[in-house]
Amino acid sequence: MAVAVEGRRRRPRRPGKPRTPYVLIAPAVVAMLGFLVYPMASVLYYSLQHYNVSKPWEDGFAGLANFQAMLDDPLFWQSLGFSAKWVLVEVTLQLLFGLALALIVNETFVGRALSRALVFSPWAVSGVLTTGIWILLYNPTTGVFRYLADLGIGSYDTAPLADPDTVFAAAVVAELWRGVPFFAILLLADLQTINNDLYEAAAVDGATRVRRFLHITLPHLKDAIILSTLLRAVWEFNNVDLLYTLTGGGPAHQTTTLPLYVAAKAVQSHDFGYGSALTTAAFLILTFFSIAYLRLSKFGART
Amino acid sequence: MTTTLPRAQLPLPVRTPPPRSRSPHRVSRWQIYLPLGLYLLFTLVPFYWMLVFAFRPRGSDSLLPWPITFDNFTTVWTGMGFGMFFQNSLLVGVASLISTTVIALSGGYALARYDFRGRQLFLVAMLCTQFIPGAMMLIPLFEIFRTLGLVNSLWALVIAETVFQLPLSLILISGFIKNIPVELEQAAWVDGCSRLRGFFAVVLPMLRPALVAVGSFAFIHSWNNFLFALMFVSEQEKFTLPVGLAFTIGEFSVDFGALAAGGVVAAVPVVLVFAVIQRYLVQGMSAGAVKG
Repeated sequence: MAVAVEGRRRRPRRPGKPRTPYVLIAPAVVAMLGFLVYPMASVLYYSLQHYNVSKPWEDGFAGLANFQAMLDDPLFWQSLGFSAKWVLVEVTLQLLFGLALALIVNETFVGRALSRALVFSPWAVSGVLTTGIWILLYNPTTGVFRYLADLGIGSYDTAPLADPDTVFAAAVVAELWRGVPFFAILLLADLQTINNDLYEAAAVDGATRVRRFLHITLPHLKDAIILSTLLRAVWEFNNVDLLYTLTGGGPAHQTTTLPLYVAAKAVQSHDFGYGSALTTAAFLILTFFSIAYLRLSKFGART
Repeated sequence: MTTTLPRAQLPLPVRTPPPRSRSPHRVSRWQIYLPLGLYLLFTLVPFYWMLVFAFRPRGSDSLLPWPITFDNFTTVWTGMGFGMFFQNSLLVGVASLISTTVIALSGGYALARYDFRGRQLFLVAMLCTQFIPGAMMLIPLFEIFRTLGLVNSLWALVIAETVFQLPLSLILISGFIKNIPVELEQAAWVDGCSRLRGFFAVVLPMLRPALVAVGSFAFIHSWNNFLFALMFVSEQEKFTLPVGLAFTIGEFSVDFGALAAGGVVAAVPVVLVFAVIQRYLVQGMSAGAVKG
């Protein structure tokens, strides 16, 4: 991020021709134009087209018909609502746990290096693998609840993924497991840049630990928190691996996010035009949300 | 507590630390170990569960890691094709690692060391791409790969992975190069080095932490990617591990021993990579934060 705001600097003379930077950056530009910008533009184009592989006779210019259909589609609103709920719950909980963890492993204690490595490790685990592990843990015959029931705690019938009342909580916990380390790593990195003299001075002035946290730590972490929550919100909104494999968006579309709905539309009904309209809507919503979030949170403002 | 000892031995203590008992500065042991222990339990029990199920014999009910058997691994590795999936994942992971690093290195150098027309535009565009949802790009990317004849080819995955990793990698590498004083390079040019030789002799050796970070990000990311692999590849011989694993989960009657063993196969490489890089991860990000 810092790269973008950095001003121009006079640089000394150097060997090489003036076109050298263009040659160097060409592969990156070509790759991103071809496989990011062009696809994005074609999504915009398709969103204005009737384009359905299974109904080719209807293909053609659609105007805003796809968007009209979207506004009348109850599943669009339901999946958008669930996406919002999912992102809000996940980001909030991941931030709280991640911050607490970062504060803990920032202290000096015996076994710190190992604790850090262990606590951070689920970060490297994929969504599908997370699903595999938690399916094992949640299953009534192989899971934790069965062994707890053996000990007389809870009941043998506990099946969090099969019960519509608990499936959301079950998915949230599984995603927390691999999501918390992201915040812990980022916030720990930022905690380590706080000048320790500030704490010493505050301690001499008699500030309690809570006050030091509120007046030194939090203000310092502010920008890191804003940025990490934004990145994570976008990531949680977009990511489909875990829910796709853990719940499949069910039961009865209860856990279908907007990207899951798009994937289902594209794969199952081959309605690329409508899928593209959904994609465009999601992109606009994300962009609007991101700008509003950065503005309202006063990112980068001095406190 | 360890810090009080050497400080007391200093000849001229600037300020004696306040006594331990009354100091609000100190966190007591249990305030660290209790929450940390609870959280470690939450982190490690799932891993432990996977290991136990992967290694325990069929029909066993024990949660203790003994006796162990490798039957489940034989089943998934040869019987269920995980050996093949592993090879595919490794190919995609290493190829993505190389292409991401090379392209980001050359582009990052241009961004860090040259002012050129379009530089700002490129940087802004790169930030915008962070909001593009991967799932949303499936349809157009599929069309492109179909046109290029790359559907059912692992190269489609390499391309998609590389492109999605590029923005972050470029930002990271150009940031690192900026922190290397240009004077070091200039000294090499004065000595008659070409720009290219100067780069290899001076810049590249100093970039090791950045290369480790970018390379391992690219590898872990592509090793873990599911959606692209699911969508662009439908022949079973070309499956990657996440897709193979997802199909194991999707079976009517899940073989939990096989699922766990497959999980271990998928987890080991990334966990090893992570164990090596995790120290640099925090250090590297701290360094970036200091520089603002």
